[in-house]
Amino acid sequence: MNTAATEERETYLNAGYGLKSWLLTSDHKRIAILYLITVTIFFFIGGIFATLIRIELLTPQGDLVSSDTYNKLFTMHGITMIFFFLLPSIPATLGNFFLPMMIGARDLAFPRINLLSWYLLVAGGALAIFAMAAGGVDTGWTFYTPYSTTYSNTWVIATALGIFVAGFSSILTGLNFIVTVHRMRAPGMTWFRLPLFVWSHYATAVIQVLGTPVLAVTLVLVFCERAFHIGIFDPALGGDPVLFQHMFWFYSHPAVYIMVLPAMGVISEIVSVYSRKPVFGYHFVAFSSMAIAVIGFLVWGHHLFVSTQSVYAGLVFSFLSYFVAVPSAVKVFNWTATLYKGSISFGTPMLYAFGFIGLFTIGGLTGLFVASLGFDVHVTDTYFVVAHFHYIMVGGAIMGFLGGLHYWWPKMTGRMYPEGWAKLSAAIIFVGFNLTFFPQFILGYLGMPRRYHVYPPEFQVLHVLSTAGASVLAVGYLFPLVYLLWSLRYGKVASANPWGATGLEWKTQSPPPVHNFDEIPVVTTEAYDYSTVVGEAVEIG
Amino acid sequence: MNVPLLPESASNFSTDVDHLMYYLVGVSVFFTLLIFGAIFYFAIRYRRRSENELPKAVHTSLTLEIAWSVIPFGLTMIMFAWGASIFFRESRPPKNAMQVYVVAKQWMWKLQHMEGQREINELHIPVGRPVKLVMTSEDAIHSFYVPAFRTKQDVVPGRYSTTWFIATKPGKYHLFCAEYCGTKHSGMTGWIYAMEPQDYQAWLSGGRAFGSLAENGEKLFQDLACGNCHKADGSGRCPSLVGLYGRSVMLADGRTITADEAYLRESILRPDAKIVAGYQPLMPTFQGLVTEEGVLQLIEYIKSLAPPPAGGAGTTPAEINVNPGVATAAPTNP
Repeated sequence: MNTAATEERETYLNAGYGLKSWLLTSDHKRIAILYLITVTIFFFIGGIFATLIRIELLTPQGDLVSSDTYNKLFTMHGITMIFFFLLPSIPATLGNFFLPMMIGARDLAFPRINLLSWYLLVAGGALAIFAMAAGGVDTGWTFYTPYSTTYSNTWVIATALGIFVAGFSSILTGLNFIVTVHRMRAPGMTWFRLPLFVWSHYATAVIQVLGTPVLAVTLVLVFCERAFHIGIFDPALGGDPVLFQHMFWFYSHPAVYIMVLPAMGVISEIVSVYSRKPVFGYHFVAFSSMAIAVIGFLVWGHHLFVSTQSVYAGLVFSFLSYFVAVPSAVKVFNWTATLYKGSISFGTPMLYAFGFIGLFTIGGLTGLFVASLGFDVHVTDTYFVVAHFHYIMVGGAIMGFLGGLHYWWPKMTGRMYPEGWAKLSAAIIFVGFNLTFFPQFILGYLGMPRRYHVYPPEFQVLHVLSTAGASVLAVGYLFPLVYLLWSLRYGKVASANPWGATGLEWKTQSPPPVHNFDEIPVVTTEAYDYSTVVGEAVEIG
Repeated sequence: MNVPLLPESASNFSTDVDHLMYYLVGVSVFFTLLIFGAIFYFAIRYRRRSENELPKAVHTSLTLEIAWSVIPFGLTMIMFAWGASIFFRESRPPKNAMQVYVVAKQWMWKLQHMEGQREINELHIPVGRPVKLVMTSEDAIHSFYVPAFRTKQDVVPGRYSTTWFIATKPGKYHLFCAEYCGTKHSGMTGWIYAMEPQDYQAWLSGGRAFGSLAENGEKLFQDLACGNCHKADGSGRCPSLVGLYGRSVMLADGRTITADEAYLRESILRPDAKIVAGYQPLMPTFQGLVTEEGVLQLIEYIKSLAPPPAGGAGTTPAEINVNPGVATAAPTNP
């Protein structure tokens, strides 16, 4: 450690003190930290709901909570995790912090709109939490009509309004990212020199901007029918209940890619740094993100195979769904090929990357199962689907989030996390996750429907396994919370570039100064050119 | 403890779906092992041996990129075609299928046989004979799911959905509601009893207290005084219903539609939706006056109003269903 580190360097963290300096900041890095705190709180709230669900399902009878409470638990678990954790998790924290830095910019294009986005998420989340505390909501996170508009006696409108408001947070973040990538790149940072993290966030932003308004419209229509009895979805009022499903999934299927594309971007960065090689097939990986964003809008009907949608529509949506599989497979193969003849080290982020690739592979392959019409008829609305999307969202998105959080932790906080503890919890999470969700594939094929409070006794053994896994998983998630907070005070002071990475974010001090770079960097090489970095390492060593 | 890995296989679709599953699992295991194996091998073989190691860049191979896009895509097209062929068969009930009406509501299944038997949360069917379900809901969306048959179909308010199957093995199988529908969603379950044909006949003749669906429909038709306007000879203010079912109907707006169950239902509940050419929109709505079961009975009555035999081959639906097909049961066991 050199003496400069002990002196008070100006960083974004010590540039101002007090609550006001945080709540009125327009620094993308501080806003990212605000988001990080917010989504972490939502993650643990959603986790508490999940814990109660898993404990209830230990026995076939409904003995811990009532049916109404159980229905509210899985609804609020889904709503909290999807709208208030997963959707903002990587883009609004890691994306917010590093997208401008990676392209050599001083901030996002619209810093104050960025702050507004955070306030919108907090306002939406507060509304949703108010609804949960006031009595909860029991429609499932999918709000299917006419149940949600006519039959549910719970806080549907307040919750929908919360999601509506949070949606604008997502739209504005997407807008900010698109404009930033177009307008704020440093000299020499051409499109094909962009780190793949930026490509995946650009693709994500396109979905956020084009998809989220449809969700907003849908929720407004639910509100109109529920509050004013305007017949849109309820056939008793002259509406069409399946129309809701089309509108809902037109957003919510692409929304899955809002959750997983940023994680894919994180994995591309990590795999490259920890094998000290450019990502194999850079152009293919970059374009596959865009392909996923575009094709993702054309497959919503695969959620409606048994909904009375026409047989031919089912055929077309099944066919198109297989086209999304190609760019996803391209990414997995290219990451694997990146390892070939690399110089591979096994830091915690790399363990998460391996975990991501493994779990995403299983999640993606089982996606092929449910895209197959005859197979999906049997397993849709069963635990098979529950297992499949948890492999994508928990196995994929959360592994990516934790991997990225560890990878950039030294840059964000200026401190190193404890490597031993971090590796241990990565292993615990991987084991716990598989134990929780793999049995659910079997449960689903056996015919166990989802959203069941009580279930036939022959399913109990697999449910017990799943609950056991969930306990392990919970421990795995609590560890990072503790040691990352611990590291803020007691962690080793981080150097500017502890992993020997190539991105521009590593060319400035840790934590970065307010304006990110002392002088605007000029880019002269492709992304992931390790020859310069390793040279530096030799000099220091 | 006995933990099964496969559900019981008891319908004409279940084996096909299982075979498709084996293919899907096979492809998945292959690719999972390929990727896991490659990661393990590379991670060990190319582990970092010194801090200053700088591996040489490996250039992207277009051949490789094309290969690992095209080959998996080809394998997925088999998944697509295979799944689609099962789905097509599932969506085409055979003409000779015996029909059962299903009305779902929070939180029970109400089933009516043509012969008049009514059941709640239970369905008795014969083995070896196609059974077609015509289903609707009184409130939220439900879904009729029999894991042992590998079939599932949403039951949607305001419309009829259909599914069909042939039970292949006598037994008692779970019936689940698979679409979340409120408080007692997980209690909206029941049993399918698949019986040998002779046992089914015995069960069928056990209780006939209610009269056939068409008979009940006729009673309802008279109670609601439908015949005041819908006169059989066509002299009334509204069209005659004799021989209507299955015929094409010319509408006032120039369209031509086929008079199926959905059209009949809509015409009872929302008479002004489709006006028959040459008639005035006089009929009041019967929404709220007739239950979903009542509508089904009326439909069965209307279906039974066959035109006077012209070719001689005309059979009423009641005749088809009262004699559960010797003809259809026979092929399975000659």
